[in-house]
Amino acid sequence: MSASLADAAPLSPTALALRRFLRNGTALVAAAVVVLAALLAVFAPWIAPQDPTDADLFRRLCAPAWAAADTAAGYWLGCDSLGRDILSRLIHGARVSLSVAAMVVCIAAVIGTLAGLAAGYFGGWVDALISRLVDTLLGFPYLVFAIGLMAMMGPGLHNIVLALVLKEWIFTCRVVRGETLAAREQDYVEAARALGCSPGHIMLREILPNVLSPVLVVATFRMAYVIIMEASLSFLGLGVQPPTPSWGSMVSDGREFLVDAWWVSTLPGLCILALVLSINLASQGLRDAFDPRLHQSS
Amino acid sequence: MSAPLLSVRGLRTVFPTRRGPLAAADGVDFDIAAGEALGVVGESGSGKSVTFLSVLGLIRPPGRVEAGEILFGGRDLRRMPAPELRALRGRMLALAMQDALSALNPSLTIGTQIVETLRAHGIPGDPRAEAVRLLGRVGIPDAARRLGDYPHQFSGGMRQRAMIAISLAARPRLLVADEPTTALDVTIRAQVLYLLDELRVEDGLAVAMITHDLAVVAERCERVMVMYAGQVAETGPTAEVIARPRHPYTRGLMESLPRLDQPDRPLHPIPGQVPDLAAVDAGCRFRNRCALAVAACAAPVPLRDVGAERLSRCIRAEEVS
Repeated sequence: MSASLADAAPLSPTALALRRFLRNGTALVAAAVVVLAALLAVFAPWIAPQDPTDADLFRRLCAPAWAAADTAAGYWLGCDSLGRDILSRLIHGARVSLSVAAMVVCIAAVIGTLAGLAAGYFGGWVDALISRLVDTLLGFPYLVFAIGLMAMMGPGLHNIVLALVLKEWIFTCRVVRGETLAAREQDYVEAARALGCSPGHIMLREILPNVLSPVLVVATFRMAYVIIMEASLSFLGLGVQPPTPSWGSMVSDGREFLVDAWWVSTLPGLCILALVLSINLASQGLRDAFDPRLHQSS
Repeated sequence: MSAPLLSVRGLRTVFPTRRGPLAAADGVDFDIAAGEALGVVGESGSGKSVTFLSVLGLIRPPGRVEAGEILFGGRDLRRMPAPELRALRGRMLALAMQDALSALNPSLTIGTQIVETLRAHGIPGDPRAEAVRLLGRVGIPDAARRLGDYPHQFSGGMRQRAMIAISLAARPRLLVADEPTTALDVTIRAQVLYLLDELRVEDGLAVAMITHDLAVVAERCERVMVMYAGQVAETGPTAEVIARPRHPYTRGLMESLPRLDQPDRPLHPIPGQVPDLAAVDAGCRFRNRCALAVAACAAPVPLRDVGAERLSRCIRAEEVS
């Protein structure tokens, strides 16, 4: 055992975790779906077959290619109530969903990690202040909190990100605070103090690398939730404004025609489902990979 | 002896407990000279580690150093502002811990941990080259290649030596080695002890060796300090102390050790238990376990000179052996 360890090329804990992740089939497929969605989002203008904002009432509610014979050619997934191509709108909608989710999760992870490190490491009044703030924010129902903020600030992409970040950072913060409390008691932190390292150095260079993997896992889990939140806000008309396509507002647009033209609402709904499910499965795979104690099942 | 490198007088470190304040170190006095190795022995809870953590200013609240003087190179560490003390730690005073596996950061390579210590203290020169030199110095073969290894890829002895290399990176004057060899097997223990000896002789490093192991002290340290219940029971030249203990506790420690040269000698464990530190009085703390105890032992017993550079905290020191 020790001999094989010594012979192996130096592998960081992160590299070992990635290796475990790559052996997990379900998570790998899910990750592939997420990557595909990300690629669609990034290259949307080149991939989308039509202009997503090009309205034509002659194409109003025309059916997907497989559902009817007399549908407009080149509009594979049919058209919405203004005759806009649903496929192109879905591809462009992925941009909004993923960019909002990525921005919110990244900003929240940075803020939450720094706040959690400070709360866990310094303790005392710093911890009391941050923890009470977290508890207070936790007391608000998420959607109500976001709706309230959006109503105050007005709709728009930047405001969605801001409103969601204001709530989202607490999830990372709580995890990092707990991990920091545990890491703070480790001998290597004591050793760093004995070597004369400053608190900033200890937090960022000694503790941070050891709490980073739960941050990654929480961030991916939260990403799925943020996508649903953005879709909910857009559904309620508080999100990105027309004509920018967003999956949430597309579901909302189609709900009057659900009986006559099911595809207008259903297709963006399926996209949300597929993306959120994939992110969840992928992040479960990540969690298993980064926490071998839970990995005993396979 | 010239002016000592470290001189501690009347050190008292207190931890509040539910049953009142507990003085884990109570009136500890000792000196360490440059290039000297002081063995610090005593059973668990005798205040060995607390004493030296106090010296390093590493006692965590709510524990605190309540009284005493900690003179290092003539300056009182207790009166020093926190940033200055922090700059001194690692640069002048270093700590090597017992369990190298937990004292090394599992997420950083050995090289990174050495380089960052060098940077933290602004040591001039190429930190990587210095790291290689340090690892080579503590006897790690192929040091340049091992810099990129993580602690879990090192064997136990190598980890211990790597940790000592990190402790010594900024060339401190005093190394506090807290049970540096307890977790090691005998051959590796010998390697680590040789290394410490070498550093002491060549670089004038002072070493405070905290240990349970009297054999290590007998072999490596010219002076020994025996601690009991937060106090110094006895200090003196190691050979003298072992041959003729001047405190019943020291004698008890010697008699409870098995000896290779006298395999048939019966072992005499010390009867009774260490007193509850939250409930001790001013008298001798060993008297409830002591065969020589008399009524006068209930009065405060100072550490007194018993000749030949020896100090003992026993009123009947001359009768002990």
